[in-house]
Amino acid sequence: MYRILKKETLSEQVKLMVIDAPLVARKAQPGQFIILRVSEMGERIPLTIADYDAKAGTVTIIFQEVGKTTLQLGSLNEGDSLQDFVGPLGTPSHFDSSVKKAAVIGGGLGTAIAYPQAKKMHAIGIDVTSIIGFRNKDLILLEKEVGAVSDKLLVMTDDGSNGHKGFVTDALKAEIEAGEKFDLVVAIGPLIMMKFVSRLTKEYGIKTIVSMNPIMIDGTGMCGGCRVTVGGQTKFACVDGPDFDGHEVDFDEAMRRQGMYKKQEGESCNLFKGVK
Amino acid sequence: MPAKRNMDLKKTPMPEQDPKIRATNFSEVALGYTEEMALNEASRCLQCKNQPCVSGCPVNVQIPSFIKLIAEGQYIDAYSKIRETNGLPAICGRVCPQETQCEERCVRGIKGEPVGIGRLERFAADYAIGKGVEPPVCGYPNGKKAAVIGSGPAGLTCAADLAKMGVDVTVFEAFHTSGGVLVYGIPEFRLPKALVKKEIDALVCMGVKIETNMVMGRVLTVEDLKEMGYDTIFIGTGAGLPSFMKIPGENLNGVYSANEFLTRINLMKGYKFPESDTPVVRHKRVAVVGGGNVAMDSARCAKRLGAEEVYIVYRRSEKEMPARTEEVHHAKEEGINFHLLVNPTEILGTDNGYVRGMRVIKMELGEPDSSGRRRPVPVPGSEYDIELDAVVVAIGQSPNPLLRTATPGLATQKWGGIIADEETGATSIEGVYAGGDAVSGAATVILAMGAGKKAAQAMYEYMMKK
Repeated sequence: MYRILKKETLSEQVKLMVIDAPLVARKAQPGQFIILRVSEMGERIPLTIADYDAKAGTVTIIFQEVGKTTLQLGSLNEGDSLQDFVGPLGTPSHFDSSVKKAAVIGGGLGTAIAYPQAKKMHAIGIDVTSIIGFRNKDLILLEKEVGAVSDKLLVMTDDGSNGHKGFVTDALKAEIEAGEKFDLVVAIGPLIMMKFVSRLTKEYGIKTIVSMNPIMIDGTGMCGGCRVTVGGQTKFACVDGPDFDGHEVDFDEAMRRQGMYKKQEGESCNLFKGVK
Repeated sequence: MPAKRNMDLKKTPMPEQDPKIRATNFSEVALGYTEEMALNEASRCLQCKNQPCVSGCPVNVQIPSFIKLIAEGQYIDAYSKIRETNGLPAICGRVCPQETQCEERCVRGIKGEPVGIGRLERFAADYAIGKGVEPPVCGYPNGKKAAVIGSGPAGLTCAADLAKMGVDVTVFEAFHTSGGVLVYGIPEFRLPKALVKKEIDALVCMGVKIETNMVMGRVLTVEDLKEMGYDTIFIGTGAGLPSFMKIPGENLNGVYSANEFLTRINLMKGYKFPESDTPVVRHKRVAVVGGGNVAMDSARCAKRLGAEEVYIVYRRSEKEMPARTEEVHHAKEEGINFHLLVNPTEILGTDNGYVRGMRVIKMELGEPDSSGRRRPVPVPGSEYDIELDAVVVAIGQSPNPLLRTATPGLATQKWGGIIADEETGATSIEGVYAGGDAVSGAATVILAMGAGKKAAQAMYEYMMKK
C-alpha cells in the first residue's frame, strides 16, 4: 500500500497529494507519469508526476476531481493509503542543450504538469517564460511555485478576474510579437489549448512539445488504448510519449478518443455522488 | 486398478453450461467431471509401458501414473503426482491444447478418441484444491537468490521449480495482480480467476515472494537486480505488444486491440461495470479480426457483453485457424458468425469518429507460405461492407520492448524476441535467462511453462557452480 503523507487543497476541485513511493521517486524524471488505483474494484488512472523527492522517497500528484476515481481519491486523507501506485512510466522529457530560451505554457491543471518541466529547464540554465491560464482567479494554481522557477511569469484568466484577461495563446502571441525569441515552447493543458498553441507556434516556426494524457490501462504499451496519431503514424502515448511534437499531433482525433467513455464516466460519477 | 477396463471409443463427455445460457454470463463453460465420470474415464487408459503421452507434454507430467491413481480413487495423490512436474495443474487441465500434445499421442486415439487427459488433470486438481491440499515442501534454503520478471505461466513455473530446489525467489509483476496472460487475457469463463489465485497462493505458501506494480525496465533494471544481490534473473515478460492492421480507420472510437478489449473485461472486471470502475461499452455488432484463441476469447466476451451480432473475420479458411478446435466449436455453439477468407481493408467511421462498419475483401488460398499454410490472396473487386459498431484486432502480439530497451547487451531477434538457448534459456547476458512468449512470440501457456521449467534447472546449476 502507498500512504498519503500530505494532502492540500489547491483550488475548489484541485488537490495535491504527497505519496510514499520510494521506488517510484528514485527513478522519476520530469515528463513521466504514474498509474494509480484507489481501491480493489478501482480503475487504473494515469497522472503526471508533479514533483518527486528521491531522498524522501515521495512523489507528488496533483489532480482535479472530475470523475468517480478522482472524487474518490480526493475524499482520502493523510494517513490513508492507495491500493496501487505504479511508475515512473513514459519517456522522460528531453531538453535539447541548444535551447536558450523557452516558453512553458500551462492550462488549468496542466500547470501542475508544466511546473516540473519549468523547474528542470530553469535548473539547467534555460531562460524560462511561463504563461499559465485559468478560467478565473479562484482557480489559479501554483502561481508562487511556477514564478520561482521562471524568469518571467504571466498569469491569464479567461474572464479577466485577475486583471489579465485572455487565453494563454493571446499572451504567447504578444510575447512573440514583442520580439521574444523562443527556441522551444512546452504546452501542457487541455487538448484544445495544446492544439491552438501548436497552431500558433507553427506559424512562427517554433518547436513545440505537448504532453498527451489519453485514456490508458496498463501504461506499458500492452493495451494500445492510448493510441495517438503523430506525423501520420500511430504512437502509444504511454511508452512513446507522453511528450510529442505539437506540430505533428492529430489533436482532433485525440479529442474524439478522449470522449470514448463519456457516457459511462458520467454514470459512474453520478452513482458515486448518489451513494455519498 | 478397477476390475474392468473401459473400452468405449469415446471420451466420457464433460458437462457444459448450455450454449444459450452461457453466452449471457461469464461463469465457466465446462463444468468438470464428477468422481464417477473421472473413474469412468481413467479406466480408459491402457497404462502403456512406453508412455507416448508423456513425450507429448512440454513439462513431462507422469500421465499414466496420475491416471492410475485416479482410477484407484487416490485423487489427492494423483494431484501430487502431477505437481511433481507441473506447478499449475488446474490451469493446464483447462487451457492446454491437449489435442496437439499428450492426447495426440495417446494409443486410444488410433481407434476412437484419446483418453481425456486434460479433463482428468483438471478433475484431480479441482478435487485437491477443493480439499485444501498443502503445497509441495520446498528444498532446504541454499542461500541462493533469484529474480523472476513476469508472473505469467513461464515466470510462475520457473519460480515454483526454483523454490522447490531451495532458492529464495522473488517474482516481479507489472500489473496490480499476478498471473500475466492467465488473468488479463484468458477470460473468466475459460479459466476462473479465483482458481488462478489459488494456484498462485500455493506458490506463495511455498515461499515465493511476489511484488506487484513493478514495471521492470522502468522501476528497476536488470542491472539494479544484480546489485540487489540476485544471483540469476529469469525474463518471462510475455508477448504484450499488440499488432494492428495498419489500415485506415484503426484509431476510430470502437476499435480495440484484443489486449485492451480482454484486459478491460478480464483483469479490470469491466463486465461488472459500474460495480467495477473500469468502463466497457456494450457494443451491438462486433467484428473480431483473427483466427487464434485470442480472437475466439474476444468474440465470446463480446457476445457475453450483450452484442447481437459477433463476427470472426479471418483471411484464411477454418482449416488454417490457429485456435483450438474446441474453442472454435464453443464459439459457434454460442452463435458467433464466421466470415472466412475475407480480409479487412478499411474501418469505416461516422462523422464524429465512431466505428460504423468495416470494408473487407474476399481472399482465396494460393501457394503455401513460410508457415506452410496456403497464402491468402485478395480476389480483385470482391470488396463488401459489414455494418458494425466495434472492431477488435486479434492478429497477434509481439514481445513488449520495455525491458529489452532498458537492458543493454540483451541480444534480441529483429522482431523483438529475446534470443535464448533452447535447452537452458540462457541469454547473451551471463546469469540472465529467458523463456515463454518473450522468446518465442505468442504461443501457448504450456510451452511457456516448459521453457520456465528448463530455465529453472539451468539457473539452479549456474548458481550452484558460482
